[in-house]
Formats: sequence, structure tokens, C-alpha cells
Amino acid sequence: MASGLHDSQFTNPVIRWIDQRMPVFTMVQKEYGTFPTPRNFNYLWNFGALAMVNLVIMIVTGVVLAMNYTPHVTMAFDSVERIMRDVHFGWLLRYAHANGASMFFMVVYVHIWRGMYYGSFKAPRELLWMLGVVIFLLMMATAFMGYVLPWGQMSFWGATVITNLFSAIPLVGNTIVTFLWGGFSVDNPTLNRFFSLHYLLPFMIVGVVFLHIAALHITGSNNPLGIEPNGPQDTLPFHPYYTIKDSVGIVVYLMVFAVLVFFIPNYLGHADNYIPANPMATPTHIVPEWYFLPYYAILRAVPNKLGGVALMGGSILVLFVLPWLDTSKVRSMRFRPITRVLFFLWTINFFVLLSMGGKPAEQPYVLISQICTVIYFAYFLVVLPLMGRLERPLPLPESIAIAVLGKRATLGAGPIPGGATAKPMEKA
Amino acid sequence: MAESLASHGTHGDASHDVTKRDFLKLTTAAFAAIGVGAMAWPFVASLAPARDVLALSSTDVDVGPVTVGQAITVVWRGKPVFVRHRTPEEIAAARAVPMSDLRDPQTDQSRIIRDPWLVVVGVCTHLGCIPLGQKPTDPKGDFGGWFCPCHGSHYDTSARVRKGPAPLNLLVPAYAFTSDRALRIG
Ligand code: HEM
Ligand code: FES
Repeated sequence: MASGLHDSQFTNPVIRWIDQRMPVFTMVQKEYGTFPTPRNFNYLWNFGALAMVNLVIMIVTGVVLAMNYTPHVTMAFDSVERIMRDVHFGWLLRYAHANGASMFFMVVYVHIWRGMYYGSFKAPRELLWMLGVVIFLLMMATAFMGYVLPWGQMSFWGATVITNLFSAIPLVGNTIVTFLWGGFSVDNPTLNRFFSLHYLLPFMIVGVVFLHIAALHITGSNNPLGIEPNGPQDTLPFHPYYTIKDSVGIVVYLMVFAVLVFFIPNYLGHADNYIPANPMATPTHIVPEWYFLPYYAILRAVPNKLGGVALMGGSILVLFVLPWLDTSKVRSMRFRPITRVLFFLWTINFFVLLSMGGKPAEQPYVLISQICTVIYFAYFLVVLPLMGRLERPLPLPESIAIAVLGKRATLGAGPIPGGATAKPMEKA
Repeated sequence: MAESLASHGTHGDASHDVTKRDFLKLTTAAFAAIGVGAMAWPFVASLAPARDVLALSSTDVDVGPVTVGQAITVVWRGKPVFVRHRTPEEIAAARAVPMSDLRDPQTDQSRIIRDPWLVVVGVCTHLGCIPLGQKPTDPKGDFGGWFCPCHGSHYDTSARVRKGPAPLNLLVPAYAFTSDRALRIG
């Protein structure tokens, strides 16, 4: 081998030629082929791959939609209707994009929930987790600006309410809002810049996803037991074991997606967004898209502008410090009998907040939202720091292999499916 | 030499003498920072309202046809402005309120130019919805003025916030009466 060339293991001459000069094939083989992955994943570990598929779907449908979309206040609404009626398969592209956003949030919510339940945010995966929160924030910004583009009533008034959140910032708030709008109200300059950013942010998400995966491939994946694999008997090569498991999930995911797109494409949307934007009339009942409702409920629970905005922001920012709020060394809730129950209650509480966000700002909804807001924060700020000290966790299994295979692991019986990486099993 | 570098590190050593090289590094970094700032300026400034947006016309309103108790909405700078011909009872109610009851204390007199007209920007100071209360059939809230359905802010007959999350009274725009029955906003 000539010096300066990568020592490629590939034999196909073309692949080898490229790989020697730029070892991308070696990298893919290492990170997605032989990558040692805990053998005990359940289906909740599908959701990262699903999110990746979903991001690709959003970009592909978005790029072709953008070829027919016009970001101007007098034409935006009509251009979307033209996509629906005149562009070949335009309805499919738009419904896939609009419902794709909902699917994206469902998938990412499950993905985040999985991380919270199995303690995937704990050392050494704190940075991996924080990058995930960054992705989540970018997704929210992207989806919010995308929803403004069709320029319906909800687009306009959603944009008005959300941009006005920044006016709560003391001193500079109003200047910031004027800079966001490029004017004195949500208007054409706002629509233009939102379109520009809506096109840009998904590619920034791609960048952060890359960092997220890079960090993951240093620490390796967590698993339902929350204990680290400590040898080949605890892991499987990613391919074919998890490529096939992820494929099963992708098929189910596409089925759910297809039901939404083909049978109930407007179920998750709001009828008012089929009314062209009217800056002179606020709809009687403004609601954001369903995936923002829990935070909207928190916003409305506080009868003070700055306080509401601060708590709403805090409800997501608190995730950044979650690795330090949860003081327990045990990752998986399976071994935390009390916190596990409290986490399920927190989960229900999240759904209650979601449903409150869709209700008018009246009693008893405001009171319920207030109680739920307290519970939401109490879990992070009181329960988790205390439980780490007070709770006595259940005994952890000795290893993943013993937990999964029982006696067989210790007896060392049977062939180990492990391909190239499998070594004779160590006696535990 | 190599030994002392290794043990002291390459920078951040308190005993390290200030040299001409430090000065050069600092001034170079300072110039680079100023340069980056100067280059960032046009990008940020381009986000501000452009000249055509700033070149706002004022809005003339003929209030002659507006009868007692009636309110009209006019557009100024892309925003609605409420012009309300208040009844004597509404004015009396607005003036009877003690300042201590107000979140954003302002007397009714300080919010008007000429009775019976109340002129305010119809944008809720919470998050920018348009409060209801202009049409006779609209809900007017607990204080007989306006009610913002978005998050439940109530405004009184002087358009001052009395309840709900809004922090401030509805804004009074700059305006002047050009005759007995006409006013110009802006
Ligand atoms: C993270 C990925 C993305 C998310 C979550 C997202 C979300 C959304 C949402 C919620 C809408 C409103 C759909 C509706 O109600 O009509 C929308 C519209 C739109 N998006 Fe995206 N989007 C993403 C990526 C992209 C990309 C990469 C592009 C273009 C390059 C794009 C172009 C468009 C266009 C042109 C519209 C307006 C047409 C329409 O309303 O259907 N999107 N987006
Ligand atoms: S915008 Fe009026 S109460 Fe929130």
C-alpha cells in the first residue's frame, strides 16, 4: 500500500480506490455495520432511526413544495391552494409535509420519553442528550415557521402570538419583535424571512443530528437495563440485527403515516387555517398545532406576561439540566420502583397539559393548567433531586447477557450470533 | 527551554512576563473583533423595518357619523385602531376607578385628547391579538370595555387592563383633531 493511503479492507476495486483516499466506506462499515450495540434493545430504540427517516421525508417533500410555493402575503395562500388542486400530486406532497411534521413530533416525543425513562441522559451521555434538546428546539422553530407559510388565519395569528412572546423580555423586547417582523406587525417582510429560515433550519438540524450521532458513537447506546455492556457477549453488530429491527419499525411508522395522509389529512390541523389571513380579525379561539399545546397551556396558566413566557421557556430549557437534576446513579426506571410510578404520573400530567392547551382560557381549564404546571416542574426540580437520595433501587443485573439469556449466558452454551466481532463468550 | 514550556504550559502563567508579542496578539484580536462586528452590522440591520415600511402614511378618520356608544376600527401602520364614541356613563365609570385598582395606572383624562373620544391601538398588550368589544354583539369583558379571547385579558372603558395576563393598557397612538369631526392618527 502506498504511504498516505488508508488501509482499506474492501476488495471491490472501485470501492477500494475511493476508500483508500477517503475512507467513508470504512466509516459506514464501522459505525453502521459492525458497531457493537447492546443486545437487549426493545422497540423504543427504533425511534431515533424513525426520526432520521422523518427528517429526510420533510426535506424531500419541502424542497419540491418550495418549487411551487410563493412567499408573498397576496399570493401565499393561493399558491398553497394551487399546490393542492393543480400541481400533479401536489396534495400528496403537501399532506405528507404537513402530517410529516406531526409524525416528526410524535416520533421525537417518544424518543425523548425513552431517554427519560431509561436514563439515557445520564453520564456519560449528557452532551448527547443536550444536543438532542437543541434538535428539539430547532424542530419547534422550523415547524412554527412552516405553519406560517400557508398564510391562513392560524398562520397569521399564531405568528403574531408567538413573535409577541419576545416582547416580554424587559427593555429590549419590543425592539427584538420589530426585528423579527421587519415592520410593525406580522406582514410581508415577516413571511419572506420565515420562508428563508424555514428552508435553512432543517439543514442546521441535519448538522446537529450529525453531532448527536457522533457523540452517540463515542459513548455507545444505552439500553433498557441502563447498565453498560462490558464485553462482546452483551452486544450485537448493528447490521443485520438492528437494521432489520429498525426496518420493522419503519414499516409500522409508514403505515400510521399513510393512514394520516390518505384518510384523515386534516384531522390534526385546524379548519381556520383554510381561511386566508386577516390582520384585522382574530379568530375567537387561537390554538397552536397539537405538538405545542403543553407549552401553550403553561404559558396561559400564569396570569403575568413575563412569568408565563419565562415558565414556558423554562419547561423546555429544564431538559438541558436534567442530567444534573436527576441525582440517582441508576439509569433505568425498571430499577427505581417509586420514581418509575412518579414518572408515569408526570407522563399523564403532560397529556393533561396537552389537552388543556387546546381549551379556551376559562375556568376550570386555567386552574387545571396551573396545577399541571406545578406538577410538571415539581418532577424535575423536587422529585428527581430528592429521589436520587431517598429511594432504594432494586438490585441491578450482573450483565446484559445474564439478564437476557439467564442461565445460558453463564453456561456459555450455544453459538453466539455476532459475526466478525463475536468472540467466545467469557465465563461470567 | 523545552522543560520549562512543558511544566508551565504555553500560556496563562502568572509569572510570565508581558512581551511585545502579547501586545501584538491582543491588538490583532481586537482589530479582528471590530472587523467581524463591522461586517455583522449590515446583516443585523437588514432585519429592521425597511425604508418603505418606515415611510408610513398617517390615517385620517372622519368621526362625524359615529354616534354615541358606537365604535369604529381604522387601519394605521397595518394595525387596527379603535375609535370609540363613549357614552357619559362609560366616561364616568372610567373616571371613578381609583388608581390603586390599576395594573398600569393612568387616569382616563391622560388617555384622551377630547371628550367623548377614546382612540387606542386595538392590539392586546399581552401577545398581540385584537380584543373583542367593537361590535355591539361582542363580549366586552367584566369592565365594559374590551375582552381579548386569546388568553382572557379584560380592558375597561378607558381601555386600561383590569384582569388577565396583559401587562399594559391599550396604547394611545399619537393623533390630533384636524377639525371638530376629523382626526389624524400618526
Ligand atoms: C424539520 C423539517 C421540517 C418541518 C418540521 C416542517 C414543517 C412544516 C409545517 C408544519 C408546514 C405547514 C404545513 C401546512 O399546514 O400547510 C410547512 C410548510 C412548508 N414547508 Fe416545511 N418543514 C420542514 C422542512 C422543510 C424544508 C426542508 C423545506 C424546503 C426546502 C420546506 C418547505 C415548506 C414549504 C414550501 C411549505 C409551505 C407549503 C405548505 O404549507 O404545505 N419545509 N412545513
Ligand atoms: S393576546 Fe390578548 S390575552 Fe393574550
